[in-house]
Amino acid sequence: MTNRRVSLTAAAALLLVMSAACHKKTPPPPPPPPPPPQAPAKPTINYFNAEPSTINSGQPASLRWSVSDANNIQIEGIGQVSPDGRRAVYPTSTTTYHLTASNAGGSSEADATVTVSTPPPPEAPAKAPSQTPAEILASQVQDLHFDYDKSDIRPADQATLQSDATALKTIFAQDPSFAVTIEGHCDERGSAEYNLALGDRRATATKDALMAMGIPADKLKTISYGKERPLCTDATEECYARNRRAHFSAAQ
Amino acid sequence: MRLLISLLILVCSAGVLPAMQQQVTGVIESHPGKPRVAVPDFRGSGGAAPLMNTFNTTVLNDLQASPLINYVPKTLYPLQVPQQPSDLIPGVAPSTARTVTPQGNRLTDWSLPPVSTNFLGIGYGGENKGQLVVFGWFYSAAPTMPSIQQAQVFGKIYTATLDQTGAIDAGHRYAADILAQFGGKSLVGTKIVFVSDRSGHKEIWTMNWDGSDQKQLTHYNSISTFPSVSPDGRRVAFTSYVAGYPALYIFSLDTGRKLPFYNQRASMNAFVSFTPDSKQIVFSSTAAGGAPQIYMSNVDGSNLHRITSSGAIEVEPKINPKTGNDMVDVSGRSGFPQIYHMNMEGADVRRLTAGTGEATNPAWNPDGDHIAFAWTRGFEPGNYNIFVMDVSSQQVTQLTANEGRNENPSWAPDGAHIVYASKRGRQSQIWVMNADGTGKHPLTEAGSNEKPVWVNAEQ
Repeated sequence: MTNRRVSLTAAAALLLVMSAACHKKTPPPPPPPPPPPQAPAKPTINYFNAEPSTINSGQPASLRWSVSDANNIQIEGIGQVSPDGRRAVYPTSTTTYHLTASNAGGSSEADATVTVSTPPPPEAPAKAPSQTPAEILASQVQDLHFDYDKSDIRPADQATLQSDATALKTIFAQDPSFAVTIEGHCDERGSAEYNLALGDRRATATKDALMAMGIPADKLKTISYGKERPLCTDATEECYARNRRAHFSAAQ
Repeated sequence: MRLLISLLILVCSAGVLPAMQQQVTGVIESHPGKPRVAVPDFRGSGGAAPLMNTFNTTVLNDLQASPLINYVPKTLYPLQVPQQPSDLIPGVAPSTARTVTPQGNRLTDWSLPPVSTNFLGIGYGGENKGQLVVFGWFYSAAPTMPSIQQAQVFGKIYTATLDQTGAIDAGHRYAADILAQFGGKSLVGTKIVFVSDRSGHKEIWTMNWDGSDQKQLTHYNSISTFPSVSPDGRRVAFTSYVAGYPALYIFSLDTGRKLPFYNQRASMNAFVSFTPDSKQIVFSSTAAGGAPQIYMSNVDGSNLHRITSSGAIEVEPKINPKTGNDMVDVSGRSGFPQIYHMNMEGADVRRLTAGTGEATNPAWNPDGDHIAFAWTRGFEPGNYNIFVMDVSSQQVTQLTANEGRNENPSWAPDGAHIVYASKRGRQSQIWVMNADGTGKHPLTEAGSNEKPVWVNAEQ
C-alpha cells in the first residue's frame, strides 16, 4: 500500500511537470482524486472436504474445513462455524455441503460432497410368470377317455374336448412352432395287435374333433401305443377305464 | 404121435394164448392205419451209460407225439433186444424154441404178434474221444424182406456232447430221422422268434425249437414287437417304435442285420405275412388315413398296393402257406374282432369265427387247412384260449383251458406242435404243446416273453 502511494505521488508530480512544460497557457488540471479506500481481501478457504467422501446410508462422514481471514463462516444446513473445525454428518442421500466464508472484502465459497451409496432397492415381488406352452400342455390339456372297443368321443368328454381346444389355441398363439402329439391308448384286455389299431383310431378321432374346432392339422400329430404304455396294471374296471385314453404330449 | 401133437398144441397154446390176450388188451392205435414203429431202449457203455435214459426218453416222447406213426409200447417187446445188425439172425424162430415171449433177435420176433410192428429201431451208445456217440439203425420188419441187409432202412452215427444236452440232441435227431421216413418234417434246426423284455425293453429274440440258445436279436432300447418270419427261414419282420412311431423293420436271420425296407408314410405299419415264395408281403397300414387296412408290397416295401377297403380295423393278415391264394385276417367290421377269410384281392369275404367274444391271432397250419387262434369264447374280455379250426368246416377244437391267458399260437413246420404265449400272473412265458393240446411245457422263464413264431429250418 505504501508503494502505491509512492507511485501515485510520483505520477502526480510527473503530470504537473509535464503539463507545466508542455502547455503554458492552460491552467494546471486539478490533482487526481485520491484512490478509493482499499477494500480488504476476501477470506481464504484453506480446505473444505468430507472424509470419507463415500459412505453407506446410515454411516457418518466428517466435514473438515479451515478458513482464513473470515468474520463469518457458514455451512449450509449446519449454520455458523468456527474458522477451523470438523463436524460429523449423517446424510441419507448424496449431499453437497456448501461453505460460505465472508468478510468485508467479500465471500469465498467451497463445496464438499458426501456420496451415499444406496443399497439395491428391495426386489419387487416376482410377478407370476405366464406359463410356457409345455406348462399349459401339462396342466390344462386333459386326457379324453373312451368306452371299451370304441374310438368315438363320448358326450361326457365334450366339455374336456372344448377346454382342451381353447388351451391348445393359446399354446399355438404363444408359440407358432409348437406342435402336439395325440397318443391313443387301450386297456390291457384286448389283443395287443387289435389294440395297436384301436389306439390309432382313438388318436385320429381326437385329432379330427379338434380340427373341427378350428385347430390346424399340421399342429396335431397322432401315435398309437396300443396297450404298451398303461398308466396302471390292476385288473379292475377303474384301471381299465383310466387306460382307455387319448393323451397329449409335446411333439418331438 | 398123438403125444407129440398134444405137446405141440400145448406149447403152441402156451405161446399163442397169452399173445392173444395181450393183443386184445394191449394195443391202442392212436393213428389207425399208420405204420407201427418199435424202438426199444438203447444201452450205453462207458461215459455214455448214464446218459442213455435221457436219450431213450427223448426218442420215446418225439415218436409218441407224432401223428404220422403208431409207437408200439415197450410192454410188448421181447426180452432180448438186439443192439446192432450183427445181433440179428434171419428167419423165423422155430415154434419149439418159442417161449412165452419171443427171443427178440430175429426181425420176425418183432413183426409177428404180440409186437406186430412194421418197423424196428435198434442201436447203442458209446463214448469216443470225450464225445457221446450213438449208433442208430432202422429196419423194416416186414416178413417179406429177403435179407436182413435189405431190410435196413438206414444206419447212422449220431455224435453229440457227452452230457444231458447232447443225449437230448442225439435223441431228437434219431427220432427225426425215423419220422422223416414217413413224411415227417424234422424240427431239428428250426428256431422260434419271440419278444422278450428281460433286457429292460421289448426286443426281438431267437431260440432253438427246444428253448435252448436264447439270443437277443435287436438292441433298439425301444418297443420292438409283433415279429413274423418268411417261409424260407431267412427274414424276420417286426414293428418298432425306435423312429418315434410304429414302423416296419426287416432283419436277416442269417446275418442278424437290418435289411432295406421303405415304410410308407403312415401313423402305423405292422403285422407282416410273407407269400410262400418269401418275395412279397402283406401287412396292415394306415397309409390311406382312416382305419388300418391290408396292403401288399415287395419285401423291401416297394410296389405298395391296397387290398382291403372295409372302413373297419383290419389287422393280422396271414397268407395261406400252402396255396398263397387266400388269406385270413382279424377285422372289426362286425363289432368285436373276428377272424375272416378272403382271397388275395380282399374279396370273397367269409367270417370264420362264430361272432361271439373276441377272436384274434390266427395262424395257419402248414397243411393250409387249419388255423390256430386265440378266442375269448364264453368268457370275459381278456380271457383268451387257444383253439384250432378246420377252415372248410369251421369246426373248432379247444386246446387250453383254465391255464392263464393263452395267445399268439404258431405251428411247427411238422404241423404237429404249437408254440404259444401263456400269461399266468404278471408275466407271460412261451410254451409248446402237441397239436392235440397234450404235452404242454414252458420254454422260457427269464422276464416276460410273448408272441412266438416258429421258423422253418433255413432253405
